[in-house]
Amino acid sequence: MRVGRGRNLVLAVPGRVFAQRFGYAMLACAAITLMILSQAEPRVVETIRVGVVDTVAPIFAFFSQPAATIASGFDELDGIMSVHERNEQLAHDNAQLRKWQAVAEQLGYENEMFRRMLKVVPDQRARFVTARVIADSGGPFIHMVLVNAGQSHGVRKGQAVVNHDGLVGRVLEAGDHTARILLLTDLNSRIPVVLEESRDRTILRGDNSPHPYLAFLATDARAKPGDRVVTSGEGGMFPPALDVGIVSAVDKDRATVQPFVVWERLDYVTVLDYVVPGVLPETRRAERAGSLR
Amino acid sequence: MGDWLQWADRSVRGAIPVTVTVMLVFAASLPWRLPAFVEVTPAFAVMAIFYWTIYRPERFPYVATFGIGVLQDLLAATPLGMTALVLLIVQGVVASQRTFFRGKPFLVVWWGFSLVMPAVGLLSWIISSACFGALVPPLPIVVQVVLTLLLFPIFVLLFRPLGVLAAARPE
Repeated sequence: MRVGRGRNLVLAVPGRVFAQRFGYAMLACAAITLMILSQAEPRVVETIRVGVVDTVAPIFAFFSQPAATIASGFDELDGIMSVHERNEQLAHDNAQLRKWQAVAEQLGYENEMFRRMLKVVPDQRARFVTARVIADSGGPFIHMVLVNAGQSHGVRKGQAVVNHDGLVGRVLEAGDHTARILLLTDLNSRIPVVLEESRDRTILRGDNSPHPYLAFLATDARAKPGDRVVTSGEGGMFPPALDVGIVSAVDKDRATVQPFVVWERLDYVTVLDYVVPGVLPETRRAERAGSLR
Repeated sequence: MGDWLQWADRSVRGAIPVTVTVMLVFAASLPWRLPAFVEVTPAFAVMAIFYWTIYRPERFPYVATFGIGVLQDLLAATPLGMTALVLLIVQGVVASQRTFFRGKPFLVVWWGFSLVMPAVGLLSWIISSACFGALVPPLPIVVQVVLTLLLFPIFVLLFRPLGVLAAARPE
């Protein structure tokens, strides 16, 4: 009896080790196959990813609230510490803003008059959806966030995403109830922009650092620190003149941009459904405009 | 009935390592917005798998590692299969050195982790650069490696009591 048991053990252990090694090799091969598949069939992988994320979104939606609460707790503490300073700053800003308000009202009126005189076709400032950030992949490889609005709310791939500070990025993938936003700092982000003052058109490229840069700056371009950068609207995906950031440093071949968006405080974002004027037939545009009211 | 309870008790205890690691993968994706997290999130899954492979290998099958890697890739939109492969390699390498690490003081284990983490960073950098078709800036990855190394002792403090719970029999 004892001998029999011993023999079984001797046979069983190498068998198990072999099975384990074989399983390990199979799984490693499966991982490599997945990588090749995601290169060969990005559409399929995207569909799977969107499906999985849509399924687990309730978990994120539930837990992201306490996480945000903890984060805002830190903010609050910071606020209490500097309440006096901030008060003074705000009073100062308020005085400045009142002046600007008067100027803006006057300019708005003037613009309206000019538009009427010139019969300018109005730009469609179309629908928008506001969504909460429920996940932040935050890895060193990719800069993206997930929001709790998807195709069922009218979010589509390619739409521009902003918050109250400025441009955040664009919609990369849209599921039914969630959408993945590619932040403008991501390595794969390319946004057509224009320098507000010199009107030089260029592309804002991310490099996974907090400071994206202006690529393809024309040789005679006049970028200098402090210049405002806004979207140019080229390509038709983004509305023109969305605030992006400020040129923070200019090198020989690149200008670094400090985005207006404060990434630590990215909690709610707005997805813009922008329709380029004149691309849709008049009737459909009217229909769309009608449905928005 | 007693058998059933025992079985349930064993299953729940046995599932602790994998469950905790899955929870860490989810936690890493939440929008914490702590300044240090904005740019990089520490590699929680690597810490967990390194620890469990040494102390509770029987509770961490390779299939679970593969699944966790794929889950993280799907959630973070990193190249699908990248994290799965990297985690499997970590587990394979650590499993081969398990007898060396067992019973050694924590500093030795930490030293071992400090050899694994840079290799993880380098491998991920190569794979992601190849998949994106562009060189991924290495600095954030270096930051992630360092941050993960520094946070490792804290997580070991968290894993240790869980590991005792997950033991087949009370130790």
